[in-house]
Amino acid sequence: MKIGVCVKQVPAKDAPLAIAETGAWIREADIGFETNEPDGFALEEALRLKEKHGGEVVAISMGPERVKQTIKEALAKGADRGIHIVDDQFFKLDPLGSARSIAAAIQNEKFDLILTGLQSDDQGFGQTGVLLAELLGLPHATIIMQIEVTEGHMKLKRELEAGWFQWVELPLPAVLSIQSGINKPRYATLKGIMAAKKKEIALVQRGSLGVPDALTQRVQKIYIPQKTKKTEFLTGTPKEIAAKLVEKLKHDARVL
Amino acid sequence: MKILLITEQREGKWNKTSFETLSAAQQALKQTGGTLSGVVIGTGVAALADDLAGYDMNEVLLVEHDLLNQYTPDGFTLALRQVVESAKPDLVLMPHTYQVRDFAPKLAASLGKGMIGDCTGYRYEGGKLIFVRQMFQGRTAADVVFEGDAPWIATFQAGAFRGDQAAKRQDAKAPVKAVSVELQPDQIRTKPLELFREAKQAVDLTQAPLLVAIGRGIKAPENIQLAEKLAKALGAELAASRPICDEGWLPMDRQIGSSGQTVAPKLYLALGISGAIQHVVGMKGSRTIVAINKDQNAPIFEVADYGIVGDLFEIVPALTEELEKSKAS
Repeated sequence: MKIGVCVKQVPAKDAPLAIAETGAWIREADIGFETNEPDGFALEEALRLKEKHGGEVVAISMGPERVKQTIKEALAKGADRGIHIVDDQFFKLDPLGSARSIAAAIQNEKFDLILTGLQSDDQGFGQTGVLLAELLGLPHATIIMQIEVTEGHMKLKRELEAGWFQWVELPLPAVLSIQSGINKPRYATLKGIMAAKKKEIALVQRGSLGVPDALTQRVQKIYIPQKTKKTEFLTGTPKEIAAKLVEKLKHDARVL
Repeated sequence: MKILLITEQREGKWNKTSFETLSAAQQALKQTGGTLSGVVIGTGVAALADDLAGYDMNEVLLVEHDLLNQYTPDGFTLALRQVVESAKPDLVLMPHTYQVRDFAPKLAASLGKGMIGDCTGYRYEGGKLIFVRQMFQGRTAADVVFEGDAPWIATFQAGAFRGDQAAKRQDAKAPVKAVSVELQPDQIRTKPLELFREAKQAVDLTQAPLLVAIGRGIKAPENIQLAEKLAKALGAELAASRPICDEGWLPMDRQIGSSGQTVAPKLYLALGISGAIQHVVGMKGSRTIVAINKDQNAPIFEVADYGIVGDLFEIVPALTEELEKSKAS
């Protein structure tokens, strides 16, 4: 099985976020980045499928130079090679523009299966997998909790809302968006990290893909959200805070 | 502006978020002026179309086909694309359900258009609709506008609008028009099989008046006993955000959020929960929310009535002790 897995690099979970002067993105200069957590589950699922059925796993990422680190981490965990779609202004793309770029960069790979995480922890559009399927003319399924591959087909467990699930069947090739929590992602081993140094990362300039620049949607500005509720912050020593809170819950909120 | 509202049903029962988005569409039209068409899609769903026609809108479009009996992304996209192309709306609105996120981007792309998903609200400024959605797991909000020509497609997050405020029609029901769509069996590549629930829900958290919920900040399974002691002192049930249940530290039936249970207890005490959207949609209706988190910028504080910035490992034992003391006195 030839499997492509999309991995995105996003600001680290604990990175302090400051809004950039343009107002439409964050200041990237002083913060750390990490692999988008939901994509880690997709990568792990790809590696397990390869271990079971043989084949190749290709890690695909888009963005500036720094996203190489995310590809290298995937290679260290066991992906066979990487594709880096280079674009310093990647954050300006809309979901359709991102997906068109990825589709153009990988269409000649003829993957049997393309996996993505459920959504990114930065923009959180949650559309890339579904859009890739439409653009590549492939069937898709999202929010996948289990994959069983048989002769040219897959049986998939999809999560629905409110505790419901559904089994669906899908032919290969296809695109799947993986639900977070489907597996326990492995850590890279030292051996894996050493082996990754010899693995190929192909560079594709996004500008050379012929994807139209016109946006379908544009982020005008981002900002710290306005509170819908007035939060009363309680301060002091833990003991003082505890006493204040019990007092509030008894007499103001009247929930005790 | 012409708005097309696409409702959601499964096995003849409404997904209630449809009415939240209906409410959003009705509000938007008060500002923009224009018309509203409501779409009901499936097989044997005429009764739902009749129900929808009792709400304030110009018409109901009933889209029925044997191949739409069970949801498939191919079937729904192909059918709705035909509906959009014949109805020619400016704006297509849908609730941001798991089903919608499975096909709406495909529908948009098949029309060569974009979709602004998971919006929490909108503003109408200078003759233009600006959609508000969250980014960075709720740490920032974003104003997003459509570029290019209509139709534009947007979806609203569960709980963003009040479904019970959807306006009914004063006079006779809106006309219901059947819209026929062309679909062939070989166009549908997904084969839907059985729907099922995992092990029976042992705990019904929706009925618990008090909840203590834990998130990543609890750090390790051996620390959960701290939260259990607090829950016991309060007489509360224990709940969790998704990562805790994914790790297997608590069973799935304790999970609150879009993929777990939606609750509205008297008191929701969030320990070390950052407040990602997926969690907040499941608990923001709680009457009183207390959040304890080490990060003062954690989005959970946006919905909290009482906030405590600090180390939960110090505060939780102190709080447990204080509660036991106040019970004894």
